[in-house]
Amino acid sequence: MSSTDKGALRYIDEFRDGDLARGLADGIAARLTPGRTYRLMEFCGGHTHTISRYDLESLLPPAVTLIHGPGCPVCVLPIGRVDQARALALGHDVVLCCYGDVVRVPGSGDTNLIGARAAGADVRIVYSPTDALDFAKAMPDRQVVFLGIGFETTAPATAAAVLQAEAAGLTNFSVLCYHVLTPPALTAILAPAAGRAMPTIDGFVGPGHVSTVIGAAVYEPLMHRYAKPMVISGFEPVDILQSIAMLIDLLNQERVEVAVQYRRVVSWEGNRKAQAMMDRVFAVRDSFEWRGLGSIPESALRLADRYAGFDAERRFPLAERSVTDNPACDCPEILRGMKHPLDCRLFGNACTPETPVGACMVSSEGACAAYYTYGRGREVPAKSEPEPV
Amino acid sequence: MSRRPPSARHLDLRHGAVTMSHGAGGKAMNQLIEGVFLAAFDNPALNRRNDQADIPLPAGRAVMTTDSYVVSPLFFPGGDIGALAVNGTVNDIAMAGAQPHYLSAGFILEEGLALADLVRVVRSMAEAARQAGVVIVTGDTKVVERGKGDGVFITTTGVGVAPVGVNPSADRARPGDAVVLSGSIGDHGVAVLAQREALSFETTILSDTAPLAGLVADMVAAVPDIHVLRDPTRGGLAATLNEVADQSQVGIVVEEAAIPVRGEVRAACELLGLDPLNIANEGKLVAICAGDEADRLVTAMRSHPLGRDAAVIGRVVEDERRFVQMRTGFGGSRLIDWLAGEPLPRIC
Repeated sequence: MSSTDKGALRYIDEFRDGDLARGLADGIAARLTPGRTYRLMEFCGGHTHTISRYDLESLLPPAVTLIHGPGCPVCVLPIGRVDQARALALGHDVVLCCYGDVVRVPGSGDTNLIGARAAGADVRIVYSPTDALDFAKAMPDRQVVFLGIGFETTAPATAAAVLQAEAAGLTNFSVLCYHVLTPPALTAILAPAAGRAMPTIDGFVGPGHVSTVIGAAVYEPLMHRYAKPMVISGFEPVDILQSIAMLIDLLNQERVEVAVQYRRVVSWEGNRKAQAMMDRVFAVRDSFEWRGLGSIPESALRLADRYAGFDAERRFPLAERSVTDNPACDCPEILRGMKHPLDCRLFGNACTPETPVGACMVSSEGACAAYYTYGRGREVPAKSEPEPV
Repeated sequence: MSRRPPSARHLDLRHGAVTMSHGAGGKAMNQLIEGVFLAAFDNPALNRRNDQADIPLPAGRAVMTTDSYVVSPLFFPGGDIGALAVNGTVNDIAMAGAQPHYLSAGFILEEGLALADLVRVVRSMAEAARQAGVVIVTGDTKVVERGKGDGVFITTTGVGVAPVGVNPSADRARPGDAVVLSGSIGDHGVAVLAQREALSFETTILSDTAPLAGLVADMVAAVPDIHVLRDPTRGGLAATLNEVADQSQVGIVVEEAAIPVRGEVRAACELLGLDPLNIANEGKLVAICAGDEADRLVTAMRSHPLGRDAAVIGRVVEDERRFVQMRTGFGGSRLIDWLAGEPLPRIC
């Protein structure tokens, strides 16, 4: 969109420059090795959103296929956990504070947190866990719970809120901690559970803001073990195209490396202070269920025993129940890169952003929602995984 | 406005608050009506204090609309619920190509509302009505117990008249028509969002709340056969364009580069994960007219202060799927869809 005043946005407009993007796309086409294909997975939902919004696939040559990964924290929140948050909000007279796009995530039987609010629960949308802390200070007679979701991007803010609550001596603040971890999810894709096929992925467009926190180095052992290159990418269209070009260079030169395109915020070692806060406040759960991916060992965080007093799962008696996803839904295959959203027979019929059935339609960063929202008017060739031969 | 009847002298407009007795039909209610509403709105029809008003109308096609206003907070940069309650209804009348003449105003007040706030709201309504050239001729007041309202809710109903032959309607867009936007989008929604309590977010954005009837008068004088007029309020430009595509059974293609968005609005939307296309406006309009009349329409709009940034942003096309599409700066295109619900900020 055009700005009416001097308001060009620095660090944004340059990265959305159409001419620059087309130049990068030409560069990508020029570097391809004739006769070979490149199947690249972008892990982050934020990347998926940008790819769809700016129609980047239309700029790429046919030999390059983008596979949309599971990195949408809202999408992978399982039905059982949504039910648990709903039960807490409805049954324990708490003020449940959560990020905006969580309230629409469907639990079992078409319920969500918006519905819980209509049924009398006190559910509030906040922009930061410190907003929840402010509520707790302002309402000492109410129990205030922050629903912490997200990858390592949002986990440090939750950790900071717990430390602040401790310092302030708050006894009416707790966290329902559903934070998940990126490296175990990557492992689940590269080393699928027995009986599950592994998708053909040549390389990864790596997580941007997650890596700001955890650093680029942590991916090296994983990428070496499975012999895949990774380029950590920013979220603007020019970032992603440049990352794809870098990734194709690595593949052409058969170099298994982790490289950083998003150098304006990602360092090799990450944010040490944020990591220290997370190490102090959280412990790794033995196992956690992901919507669409099933249980993944050591893939999520809970509050460390030292902070048990701030753990909503320990403060309130909450049942934990696993709920199976709709079997007709192809999300498990889509999240692992085995299928394209347009391959699913529920897509656009039974499953839309208003009535999401599966994980990928839940948030605007899910692969299916991105295609539904931006892509229906385009001619998109179905690029699903070829049948194994 | 300084003319205050003698019976209002017990109303403490500076430190007082609305009580249940202000809605009970007795002396307190009369004090409120005289000391607040009559004092501000002050016109012969209202001053007669009947339960209804005579509304003589000039010749033409009479139109009527109603709308309720529940905005929170009551006061925001660039406006307040009172200005909004007048301008919103005036604009709904104007979108028929009509000039507004009369308004009614119904108030639901919450017990405990500061009278000073009520006076501020009512004076703002009076000023907005004066600017829009409408008269508030009848009204109603109810008081609900504390906790059962949000300060004040206002419902306004408007009556206006359109010239014969001027008949814009959302089902009249035809392939080949031009889509014209009167100015930058997103200002009102971002100004209100920035004021919400949970969002300590500083911005200089002001709500664009304004009466559009004067602009519309200039527009229909230049191009009487405007096919569609809509103000993109709730749901923003995206919802308005989808409504038109749906009701006219056509597709619409807009150019991203042609849609003006203020830098501060873009920045706020980037931070919050929102799309300016989905954000409410209160002083902008979309007009659709025959392609060969678009230049004349845009010229007329640009000579009015509220249409200074008017521009053709796209065109109507044949499309059975009734899609609204946007050509992006990349030369690609994307769909502009309705929002599933209220705009929610994304987590990261």
